[in-house]
Amino acid sequence: MELFRWLGRTAIGFFESLGFFSLFLLKSARGIFRGRWSRADLSKQLESVGVSSIFVVSITSAFTGMVMAVQTIDQFVRFGATNYIGGVIGLSMVREMSPVLTGLVVTGRVGAAMAAEIGSMRITEQLDALQAFGLDEVAFVGSPRLVAGLVMLPLLTIYSFIIGIGGGYLFVVTRGIHSVTFLKSLEALLEPSDIFGGLLKAAVFGTIISTTACAEGFRAGNGAIGVGEATTRAVVWSNMLILAFNYILSTILFGGIR
Amino acid sequence: MKTRLLEAADIEKSFGENAVLRGIDLSLSTGEILSLMGPSGCGKTTVLRMVVGLIKPDRGQIFLFGKKIEGSEDDESVIELKKRIGIVFQGGALFDSLNVGENIAFPLRYCLGLLDEEEIGKRVSDVLEQVELPGTESLMPAELSGGMKKRIAIARALVHEPDILLLDEPTTGLDPQTARHIDRLVSEIGKRRKLGILAVTHDLVTAIGISDTILLMDQGKITWRGTPEEWKTSEDENVRRFANGLRPVREGRTVCP
Repeated sequence: MELFRWLGRTAIGFFESLGFFSLFLLKSARGIFRGRWSRADLSKQLESVGVSSIFVVSITSAFTGMVMAVQTIDQFVRFGATNYIGGVIGLSMVREMSPVLTGLVVTGRVGAAMAAEIGSMRITEQLDALQAFGLDEVAFVGSPRLVAGLVMLPLLTIYSFIIGIGGGYLFVVTRGIHSVTFLKSLEALLEPSDIFGGLLKAAVFGTIISTTACAEGFRAGNGAIGVGEATTRAVVWSNMLILAFNYILSTILFGGIR
Repeated sequence: MKTRLLEAADIEKSFGENAVLRGIDLSLSTGEILSLMGPSGCGKTTVLRMVVGLIKPDRGQIFLFGKKIEGSEDDESVIELKKRIGIVFQGGALFDSLNVGENIAFPLRYCLGLLDEEEIGKRVSDVLEQVELPGTESLMPAELSGGMKKRIAIARALVHEPDILLLDEPTTGLDPQTARHIDRLVSEIGKRRKLGILAVTHDLVTAIGISDTILLMDQGKITWRGTPEEWKTSEDENVRRFANGLRPVREGRTVCP
């Protein structure tokens, strides 16, 4: 009986959170056009989400590209399919690895910080102060962060494409595969729709990161412990939703469902 | 002539099973300083938060500048009324990411919509002079002491020249000297600008020092109201009980030499 009660409570909590995130996203999105928010805050968020993440995205993407090369080169050489190595690495990076890894890395680096900052604003009455000044606090805080996520994740993902494929290329050419073979294979297999799909995923992930981080920050409570819990929840939700939406979008964009 | 700025009639509010406010009536006019006093958890701050729309009453009505507050937070009319109120939160609620100058300029940019940086700068430095903290524009909130934070918060609440100033525990956590400094500042500015001030406090020295009227709250109700002079001579049981809290625990030990 206890188990069913626990399951029921968990299920209700799960859907309650999804509803809360959806409403928060709608309010933030409406706030972009109708709300009042600080342009200075937007540039700060663009820098925080984008520029400050370049280093960590570089490291993650380069090593992922190289690991992809390590795994593919062994098998492809064995089956005499070296002509496809570049294309396979490129496709994997562009369609899946770059958007997902960038999303997960930015969640850990920026989403957690966003949730902690906003949670701290909640418990120190800074969000109440915004409301007392007659401002819509969701628009003021959420909208610039939503725009930053929406703009910067695709840009970081493009950067990740380049670094990841570059990392794979470097490994492959040091293993005796000619660079022209790699690049021709890349050109033959990679299509604009793959790049579009990857960027669309990145935009969705950027939206997920900003929304979960801000929403969890907004519902932080119970002092410093509450802020810590909000930060953890933001990261967990963001990672879960990124992976779930990655599956859904991959199925729609690349899984033959049109 | 005094104008009625704020009126609350028969306000009730519960959080779950807990009835926090049980029929609160109060009014505030221009140039009047009203102190809402009472023990911790009696519902004082809830009243203050209701006035600025952070909490909605379950029952009763609030009138700001003669207009009944109703409708959603997005209503332009409600937003415009809020812009005529300045509020100082208990911890100051200064924006951590903005320096002192930007914090004080905030209501000028977002309540009044001022764009002229020269005018904003002038008004910020003027109000900083008034709270006796000139030249602190570039400091960050983390660099300020408790008393400075309170004064900066007061400056931010006053810079857009509101008609009502709401103070939530303005002297809590401050040393007596800084607390009296804040009292003097609030009293002087209030009288000079003919502001209606509603101060929520459990500091009896503040309440007696600055108020025209004191309201004593207990368990969600106003149990006594009167002037500071009436307070001193009152034999009311609630007043005596609250005032007895200032007595030293050990016989013969007085607070002042």
